[in-house]
Amino acid sequence: MESTAYLLTFIAVAAAATFLTRLLPFVLLYRWADHPLLKHLGRYLPPVLMVLLLMYALKDAFVTGEALLPSLTALLLVTLLHLLWRNPLISILSGTGLYMFLTQSGVMA
Amino acid sequence: MTTYDSSSALKLSLPVLFGYIPLGAAFGVMFADLGYHWLYATLMGLVIYAGAGQFLAVGLLANHAGLVEVFVATLLLNARHMVYGLSLLSTLKLKGGRRWYLIFALTDETYSLLTMLQIKCEALRSRLQFRVAALNHAYWVTGCTLGAWLGGQIDYSTAGIEFTLPALFMVLTIEQYRSVQRPQVFALAVAIGVMALLISPDNMLMLSIAMAVSLLLMARGGVEWNRLRIF
Repeated sequence: MESTAYLLTFIAVAAAATFLTRLLPFVLLYRWADHPLLKHLGRYLPPVLMVLLLMYALKDAFVTGEALLPSLTALLLVTLLHLLWRNPLISILSGTGLYMFLTQSGVMA
Repeated sequence: MTTYDSSSALKLSLPVLFGYIPLGAAFGVMFADLGYHWLYATLMGLVIYAGAGQFLAVGLLANHAGLVEVFVATLLLNARHMVYGLSLLSTLKLKGGRRWYLIFALTDETYSLLTMLQIKCEALRSRLQFRVAALNHAYWVTGCTLGAWLGGQIDYSTAGIEFTLPALFMVLTIEQYRSVQRPQVFALAVAIGVMALLISPDNMLMLSIAMAVSLLLMARGGVEWNRLRIF
């Protein structure tokens, strides 16, 4: 029973800390939403963050070298298809299919 | 990706479905190893709703960590979320409960999809923002539950399906390039990312985001600082 109480308190604390990180900018900076500096960040942060999230998602492949070639090949396919048709679902699902084939069959290992 | 109607949310969120189910399940499997009932994995997905945060939580639970440590570690790990809010301030027009919910549900992937929704019509944009957030949340909770419930019995022929997430970020990077069209911004981002990877792979994301925000603020510099009286 004590263990259940600990788990529930633990979950509440982790939930509060996570929510707090998402809430803070909206509470603290709400009044400055139209400030030029925040507009500047609002314009340039999304592209920068997208590149960083992409690199982060591939971090393990870069660091360990495991599945690096399949990852890069699949991303190349995603890029080509997206430049060609601009249909996100086709680009993403084809790339994922290729990645799954390359890693599961081990042809690039 | 330029025309939207109210059914677009499902289509937009599909890549996240294929990413969140296996990732949530990976969390669920690890959590079930601790010996707790699977329902608590559902609860964690529901109220914490953070990928890296929940993986960290498994480690902390295993060590029976103190609650202050849990609070501080979770806060630091998720500090990057503050930056997402920063860049959404002017496009988030939802009001009331739905606004609170969207802020609560602002994961990496939800944020990324929201940056895509540059729709003039405020009502449609708000509706899609809310639906995308709620769908992603549902996928994550489903994944956490399945993993904890089924444990190690999951079929591994689906290995690699979580590649939908890097593929999604690739597509969104291309879309960002179409709307921003400033190569130097992207080159800067890659340089920052490589630098952060070299300095500390474990803290790559937090480190690179902190560097990016500082550099963007410095680039603007001077006059604007005096008008922002919060420091």
